[in-house]
Amino acid sequence: MHDPAPPHAPLRRIGAWSLIVGTVAVAAVAFGYVGGWLAPRRLTPEKLVDQFQHNAGTFAGYRRNHAKGVCVTGYFDSSGQAQAYSVAQVFAPGQRTPVVGRFAIPGSNPYAPDSSVPIRSMALRFALANGQQWRTGMNSMPVFPVATPQAFYAQLHANQPDPATGKPDPAKVAAFFAAHPETAAFRAWVKTANPSASFATERYWSLDAFVFVDATGARQPVRWRMLPEAYDADATMPPAGDANYLAADLTERLARGPLRWQLQVTLANPGDPTNDATKAWPDDRRTIDAGTLVLERSAPQASGPCRDINYDPLVLPAGIEASDDPLLPARSAAYANSYLRRTSEEAHLPDTAAPTPEASR
Amino acid sequence: MNTAPNRFTPAARALHWLMAVMIVAMLFIGVGMVASVSARHEWLLAIHKPLGIAILLLAVIRLAVRLRHPPPPLPGDLPALQKLAALASHWLLYFLMLAMPLIGWAMLSAGGYPVMLGESLRLPPIFPTNATAFAVLRHLHGAFAMLLFATFLAHMAAALHHGLIRRDGVLASMLPAAPSPADDEDPA
Repeated sequence: MHDPAPPHAPLRRIGAWSLIVGTVAVAAVAFGYVGGWLAPRRLTPEKLVDQFQHNAGTFAGYRRNHAKGVCVTGYFDSSGQAQAYSVAQVFAPGQRTPVVGRFAIPGSNPYAPDSSVPIRSMALRFALANGQQWRTGMNSMPVFPVATPQAFYAQLHANQPDPATGKPDPAKVAAFFAAHPETAAFRAWVKTANPSASFATERYWSLDAFVFVDATGARQPVRWRMLPEAYDADATMPPAGDANYLAADLTERLARGPLRWQLQVTLANPGDPTNDATKAWPDDRRTIDAGTLVLERSAPQASGPCRDINYDPLVLPAGIEASDDPLLPARSAAYANSYLRRTSEEAHLPDTAAPTPEASR
Repeated sequence: MNTAPNRFTPAARALHWLMAVMIVAMLFIGVGMVASVSARHEWLLAIHKPLGIAILLLAVIRLAVRLRHPPPPLPGDLPALQKLAALASHWLLYFLMLAMPLIGWAMLSAGGYPVMLGESLRLPPIFPTNATAFAVLRHLHGAFAMLLFATFLAHMAAALHHGLIRRDGVLASMLPAAPSPADDEDPA
């Protein structure tokens, strides 16, 4: 079976070895490039999540953003009105779908005072009867500051505290805003926004666009928002000197009865931007009332049912699809990275910090 | 049923090359999707899950084919250490091509994710929801992917070594049927 070596064997062997080494090297380098190890300039989920930690510190066991929050449970009652646009079972007439949710405030510090930001967030996981899920993370603002993950990373970077002062460098923040005029709508909104005294009185916007798919396969770009029943009725100023009033307010309200939100779905007109969360759609767009979210109970996030849920906005049921919004895959990828970090810390895996519930900055 | 003893059966060869393409693609898709924040992340993930299950099904078939039809013997003059390396790396590859999809499936189950293979095709969970198990399985999935890629590189290098340096018919035993099955390349 063995061929005798031909007379020009040495040269041939050099060629053969070069081919072998070259093939292996090309495969390895390609793998390294695709995996990002040989592409240091690429924005990766790792870098995004690292930047959160650079800005606020590392709080083992916690989400790397929206770290401070509280779990809620309840259900969603469909009105049936969204069914004409989406085959998702959650929208079937009379359908009741159990929900595990989470209210939170933005930022990576789970000990931040509730009044430190004027934004609240609502994340929901709908567990559909057919086993599919719909996860969504919404914020109490009508537009997002930036449209792309690259701009978001630049914003985080600009807000990294200066080691000398412990605060972001105002010049860097100003330079970021100057370079990103798309932030204007958000900045105009944030000037009018005050930290609310309650999660219950807030409106929550999907910000990103999605696509509803009906029974014929027709695609309708949408955004959604949750409108509170308690809107403005009970709104008061946050109690001075109390850093954790939001969870207490929620517990107190839920003790009196369930809290309700109406899920409103806005249908885009042709040409409305679906890839730019900095741009609100015009007010006259058709809006349908998809049903009512009813929240009945809250629980601390350390022991509640939301703790181990990654509210990845790309976990979607049949009938709801992602749009071309570039923030969506970035959120999905970064949340997955954050989820792996915090579950690894919970699991006390090697090279992870132990969760420190009592630690404070 | 009877095949030339110095070649793999046509079924084994077809499965080998089909799965070679799928597994190598899968490894690139896997490391690419977790290192990307762009739309690539989304569509690579959408390919990753059904492709993984397809690999799992093919790996089961392939294992059955392998157990039914022993591979052609390695050349008698192959050093014992190389024979051992060949045997060990082949079984490692079989183990990984079965374990990787199962770990991925179990990992998503433990993380509480619905295991969606498409718009509405959903697999049942094969592991109870448990964040600690998720973390362990997720790290295992990544580590085994690196091991699988390293084993693939070694396997490819060894195959080329057999075909180009030793020219002992081992590479040819896995290549598509050639006119004279006993030889690999004609040196003339």
